Amino acid sequence: MPTLSEIKKSFLVSLWFMFLTFPIMVIRVNTTEKLVLWRWENMLYIGIGSFLLSFVWRYLLWRKETGKKDTESGGTEAPPFFQRILSDRRYAIPAFVVGIVFVVIFPFVMNTYQTNIMITALMYVVLGLGLNIVVGLAGLLDLGYVAFYAVGAYTYGLLNHHFGLGFWIVLPMGAFMGAFFGLLLGFPVLRLRGDYLAIVTLGFGEIIRLILENWNEFSFGPSGIAQISRPSLFGIQLSLSNSIVYLYFVMIGMVLFTIFVVNRLQNSRIGRAWIALREDEVACQAMGIDKTRTKLTAFALGATWAGMVGVIFAAKTTFINPASFTFLESAMILAIVVLGGMGSIVGVAIAAMILILLPEYLRAFSEFRMLIFGAIMVLMMVFRPQGIVANVRRSYKFQPDKHP
Amino acid sequence: METILEVNNLTMDFGGLRALDNLNIDIRKGEIVALIGPNGAGKTTFFNCITGIYSPTNGDIMISSPKAAGAQKRERINGLKPNQVTEKGMARTFQNIRLFPSMTVLENVMIGRHCRTHSGVAGAIFRNRAMVREEQSVVDDSYRILEKIGLARYVNDQAKNLPYGAQRRLEIARALATEPFLILLDEPAAGMNPQETLELDALITRIRDEEGISILLIEHDMKLVMSLSDRIFVMDYGKKIAQGTPEEIRNNPVVIKAYLGEEIDA
Repeated sequence: MPTLSEIKKSFLVSLWFMFLTFPIMVIRVNTTEKLVLWRWENMLYIGIGSFLLSFVWRYLLWRKETGKKDTESGGTEAPPFFQRILSDRRYAIPAFVVGIVFVVIFPFVMNTYQTNIMITALMYVVLGLGLNIVVGLAGLLDLGYVAFYAVGAYTYGLLNHHFGLGFWIVLPMGAFMGAFFGLLLGFPVLRLRGDYLAIVTLGFGEIIRLILENWNEFSFGPSGIAQISRPSLFGIQLSLSNSIVYLYFVMIGMVLFTIFVVNRLQNSRIGRAWIALREDEVACQAMGIDKTRTKLTAFALGATWAGMVGVIFAAKTTFINPASFTFLESAMILAIVVLGGMGSIVGVAIAAMILILLPEYLRAFSEFRMLIFGAIMVLMMVFRPQGIVANVRRSYKFQPDKHP
Repeated sequence: METILEVNNLTMDFGGLRALDNLNIDIRKGEIVALIGPNGAGKTTFFNCITGIYSPTNGDIMISSPKAAGAQKRERINGLKPNQVTEKGMARTFQNIRLFPSMTVLENVMIGRHCRTHSGVAGAIFRNRAMVREEQSVVDDSYRILEKIGLARYVNDQAKNLPYGAQRRLEIARALATEPFLILLDEPAAGMNPQETLELDALITRIRDEEGISILLIEHDMKLVMSLSDRIFVMDYGKKIAQGTPEEIRNNPVVIKAYLGEEIDA
């Protein structure tokens, strides 16, 4: 692979980079002392750096290409790392136990700040799994997912403010409201797909936010709703730190519940219909699947989770205003789904953890956060477009002779 | 023989273009019928009209499902959605293969079972006994269909990794899974080598003989058409220009003219 032509290519790349960065990296004009500083050593660094980078880059691409050829020419694809781990009992059981112990003792060992971050991350796991139904399984690009999150949060905020309803009563109502708004969005966009769908859903997200921002009588406008009550444990109000621990366990339960339901949905008749819809809409309909119904269930069931997490969000922060529900949130959740791997539950959970926890722990590098974020995204698109954990189709067990 | 599909005066306009012009076609039970004609004659448009993808400008599409009984027997299906047409018992394949590429072969066929099964969201989440049984029967039925079509060895492969001929057959398998009384095949032999075409010929005949399913196919491979079909309809410029047995069609001057053009020797 490291032939002369490759070296030549990298050399040309580094020359080009040196030329491009010449004005900013080499020349420095000091206007107060009327001096021009020529920093030639910077050019050298750029040259060497870009030479090496381009070399490594093309080496990785080459490896990816040859790897693909190997699997195509008969070699069976090794099962993904996580499945290998999980399928082996020797590793699975200890890993499972360690996981449970970690999850249980986490809020007691870590301080409230850490627990709070973890709650946020878990919330995004559920949001990611919810959006995964719409985007990953049914293939409907939804850029306004945060709207349902807002609907859930405001459901709790308003009902708590006006009627003093508690968390546990509103949680199912939030789910219901999410589903209802999912249908509300679903109906007008039934005929759209691809880019057009993305634009309309984006608009929908903005509409909800703008309504919340401007309809002062209803939603208290930008000043938001404050002093929303935290969840109570069988009617007992908890202290601040206890209630955070409590919320943490509520969230853990929520994540497990979501994984359970989404997994079952995915492997059902309805899940298959969603995937078929994603793969080919015309064929899907010609095979007898009701497109309208399938799309609407996807929108409604996806939005349900956002509605529930919205309620939890309102209970966690005790204050909500429209600024929490901007397009950036939608983009973040979408990034989680895409980075994790469309349709893959484990992948989405991991991606949510990475994308939410990493920025928190990298506060020291907060100036470079977006840079790192962008770089990771670009690298993922090039080297693992299928996401962290590619969704593997399951194989079924059949007994063809049993049903004559 | 009873008629199962009857198309009367079917007309389809796209703006100013008349793609189908007063078409009359009928198919009887247990028949293999071919629809032929030069490129652009409107054959695929005809398929799209009767399967609900287009809604025809004029005319009637009547079906009499052999499975239905009594008053419902004869039905007009204009304007029904594609999935409703499939539910009535007409399944189709596509000219340019339209499988679900990243689903497995078995799952592709399982999708075909969708309209014959009923479990919903609640069933999926709670996995009650009826749902589990239904799911298992979907898997088993689908596998049996694959065995019949000769695709059992690909069962867990992704559809996109199948060889071309197998993909074509998988489309037929998927259509069979919807329990149709009539299968519409849009150029099933396109791109196949002679050996594969021969196998396809046998497969189509077998489907008709064993399942009693009628078949309407669009095809350009004249050898296949002549050997397979009981009757042939010929279309040109949206009109039906001839119909009859393969023997009649072979010697029909109008058909020859449509395919080869007029001789200029006078």
